[in-house]
Amino acid sequence: MTIARSATARPDRRKLRVGAFVALLTGLVALQLLAPLAAHADEVDTDTYPYRVSGNVQLDGEPLEGVELNVEGNGIDTDVVTDEAGQWAVGVPERNADYTVTLDEDTLPEGIAVVDETSDTPNVKEVTVGPGGRVAVNYFIGEGTRNVTGLFDVVVERVINGLSFGLMLALAAIGLSLVFGTTGISNFAHAEMVTFGAITTFVFANLAGWPIWVAIPIAVVLSAVLGLGLDVAVWRPLRRRRVGVVQLMIVSIGLSLALRYTYQYFIGGNTQQLPGATASSINLFGSVSMTVIDMVSVVISIVALLAFAAWLLFTRIGKATRAISDNPSLAAASGIDVDRVVRIVWIIAGGLAGLAGVLFAYYRPGLKWDMGSEVLLLLFAAVTLGGLGTAFGAAVGAIIIGLVVEVSTLWIPADLRFAAPLVVLIVILLFRPQGILGRRERIG
Amino acid sequence: MDWLQILSNTASSIISPATIAYALAALGLAVHFGYAGLLNMGIAGFMALGAYGYAISILTFGLPWYVGVLVGIVAALIFALVLGIPTLRLRGDYLAIVTIAAAEVLRLLFLTSAFDDVTGSADGLSGYHTEFRADNPIPPGSYGFGPWVYNEVGWWVRILGFIALVLAAIVVYRAVNSPWGRVLKGIREDEDAVRSLGKNVFSYKLQALLLGGGIAALGGIVYAMDRNVNSGVYVTSLTFFVYTALLLGGAATVFGPLLGSVIFWVIQTFLSNLLPALVSADILPFMTSIQAATVRFILTGIALMLIVIFRPQGILGNKKELTFVK
Repeated sequence: MTIARSATARPDRRKLRVGAFVALLTGLVALQLLAPLAAHADEVDTDTYPYRVSGNVQLDGEPLEGVELNVEGNGIDTDVVTDEAGQWAVGVPERNADYTVTLDEDTLPEGIAVVDETSDTPNVKEVTVGPGGRVAVNYFIGEGTRNVTGLFDVVVERVINGLSFGLMLALAAIGLSLVFGTTGISNFAHAEMVTFGAITTFVFANLAGWPIWVAIPIAVVLSAVLGLGLDVAVWRPLRRRRVGVVQLMIVSIGLSLALRYTYQYFIGGNTQQLPGATASSINLFGSVSMTVIDMVSVVISIVALLAFAAWLLFTRIGKATRAISDNPSLAAASGIDVDRVVRIVWIIAGGLAGLAGVLFAYYRPGLKWDMGSEVLLLLFAAVTLGGLGTAFGAAVGAIIIGLVVEVSTLWIPADLRFAAPLVVLIVILLFRPQGILGRRERIG
Repeated sequence: MDWLQILSNTASSIISPATIAYALAALGLAVHFGYAGLLNMGIAGFMALGAYGYAISILTFGLPWYVGVLVGIVAALIFALVLGIPTLRLRGDYLAIVTIAAAEVLRLLFLTSAFDDVTGSADGLSGYHTEFRADNPIPPGSYGFGPWVYNEVGWWVRILGFIALVLAAIVVYRAVNSPWGRVLKGIREDEDAVRSLGKNVFSYKLQALLLGGGIAALGGIVYAMDRNVNSGVYVTSLTFFVYTALLLGGAATVFGPLLGSVIFWVIQTFLSNLLPALVSADILPFMTSIQAATVRFILTGIALMLIVIFRPQGILGNKKELTFVK
C-alpha cells in the first residue's frame, strides 16, 4: 500500500535515484511494518531522535488535515500525516545534514496543489537541518495544476500566461515610455508607482474591507494622483532648474529607494494576498486552464490599452504628447503648453502603472514592498526593445517580453525566466539598436 | 542606551572591509562615470564576478587564493569587453540599460539552482577561506586600540584591502592625470570634439571600462575575503548604494570615492545602531525596531536625490568640471 502510493506520488524521484533504490526499498519494507501506526501520526520519531523537521500545511490560512508527507535521508524514511492544525513533525538523527521532504499531492483536496514556479517538482523539497537541529518546511499551497500533460497544452498555456503577463507589463511600460519621450527621464521610480497601486488596493480592500471592485478604481485614481504629486513636487522644479537627464535618472533612483523602503516601513517585509487571489480556474480545453482572475486581468489590460491608444491617436492632448516626444522645443514653439502636457502624461503614467500593479499582485501572486523592482528591468527592456520613447513600441516590446518570460521556461530552468528577456534585449540591441518600432536617427 | 557601543561601532566601520570594498567599487565607477562619462549601472555585476571568480576558483578548481584574485579580475575584464564592444558605440542611456540588465542576468545565473554545484545557488559559497587564512603572516591574537581592535584574520583582510585600495588609487590618479586621462575627460565633455581631433573614442571608452571594471572586481574580492559570497548581495540596490557613495564624495575625483564610502558607511552604521537603540529606549514610540532598521535606507534614497540636485560635483569635486553628461 505504502509502496504503491510512493510510486505514484514520486515517479520523478524514482528515475533520478535508481542507485538508491535498494536502500529505499529496505526502508519502505521496514516502514510498512509501522504503517498502521504511522498513518495517523502527526509527530513521528520526535522522541527517538534529537533533531526535527517540521512544518505547517495550510491553504489561505486554513489548516489542511490528513495531508501525507515523507521525510527521507541519512538512514531514515518516515511518513507523517498533518493533524487538525495542519502541523507535522518528524524526528531525524543527524543535524548539519540534508533531508528530502515530499508532500503527497494526492492527499490534498481536489484542485489544490503545491504552487512554486521556481521548481518542476514543487512538492519535493531539499532541506538542511542546520546547527540548531531544527528546520521548518513550508509549502505554498493554492489553486494549481499538478502535472500538465502534453507539450502542445503546455505551450498553449505558457503562451496564454505570457500574453496576460505581457499585457500587464505593457500598461506600465507605455507610461514609462511616455515619460521618457516627453521629459527624457529614465524613471527608475516607475517601479514604485507600480507597487503603489497594489498597496493602495490592499489598504482599501483588505484593511478597510471595501469590495475589490471599489478598491481597484480608487487605487488607480490614487496612483494617478501620485504621478501628479511627484511631477509637482519633484520633476517640475527640476525641469525649471534645467537639470540634465543623467542627473534626473539618478534622482529617480534615489526616489525609488526612498519610496521602496517607505513601503517596507509601513507594510513590512511579508507578501500579502489581495482578496480572491485563489479564484477557481476554468478548464478551456485539454489540460489548459485559466483562472477567472487571469481572464479579467487580460480584459482589463486590453480595454485600458485600447483606451490609451485612442487617447494618444485621436485627442488634441494625445497629439500634443506625440509632438513633444518628437521635438520638445518645436512643440513649445508651436504653442503647445509643454508643462501642462507633461503633467497629464505623469497622471496617465501613474494611473496605468497603478493598474498594472494591481494586476501584477494577482499574477505573482501577492504584493510585496519591492514587487515593482522585480519588473522594473523588464519594463526598461520592453521600452528599449520597442524603441525608446515610442508608446506603441513599448506595448509591443512588453508583450514580447511577457511571452519570452513564460515560453522560455520550456527550455531553461524556471528561476532563470526573468533573465531570458534581458538576454534577448542585449542581443537585439546588437542588431537593431533603435528597437523594433524606433527610428534609426534616435541613437546617437 | 549604550552610547559608547554605538560610537565605537560607528568608528570601527571607518576601516571595515565593507568600506574598503565600497571604496574600490566606487573608485572603479569614478573611472567609468566620473572621468569617461559612461553610465555603468552594472557595478554590482563587476563586483559579483570578482567575488564569485575568487570563491569558485578556490572551491571548484582548487587554485591558490592569489590565483583566485586574478581569476576574479580577469572575469570582470572579460565581462567589460563583452558589454563594451557592442554598446559603447550607442548613446549613454543604452549602456545604462544594457549594463543593469547584464548585471541582473549574472545575479540570476549565480542564483539559479541549475548550477548549484558550482555557485551554491541561494545558499551562496562559503568555506574557501582556509588557505587564505593559513597564509596570514600575523600571529593569532587581538591587535589595535580603541574601537579598532580586530583579530589576526580581521587585520589580514583589512591590510590586503588597504594595499589594493592604495595601489588602485595610485593607478587611477596617474591615469587620469596623464594625456590618456585628459582625452577621457574630453570624451565626457564632448565626444565629437575629441573624435574630430583624430582620437579613437571607442577604444578610449573601452579602456576606461576595463580599468574601472577590474578595480570594481577587486572590491568584490575584498568583500568575499571578509565574509561568504551570496547572490543576494549583488542586487541592483548595491549599484545604487555605490553610486550614492561615489556622488557623495565627488564623481570626478580620485579621493572622493574613498571619502564618500567612509561617510556612507559611517552614517549607515551609526543609524543602524542608533535607531533601534532609540526604539528600545522608548524615545521613538511610533516605530518598531524592524521599522527603525528601514529608516536608514529611506534616508539613503533621499540623500542621493539631494546630493544630485544640490551638489552634483560631490564634496571634493570642482563645480567647473562638468560631471554629468548631457
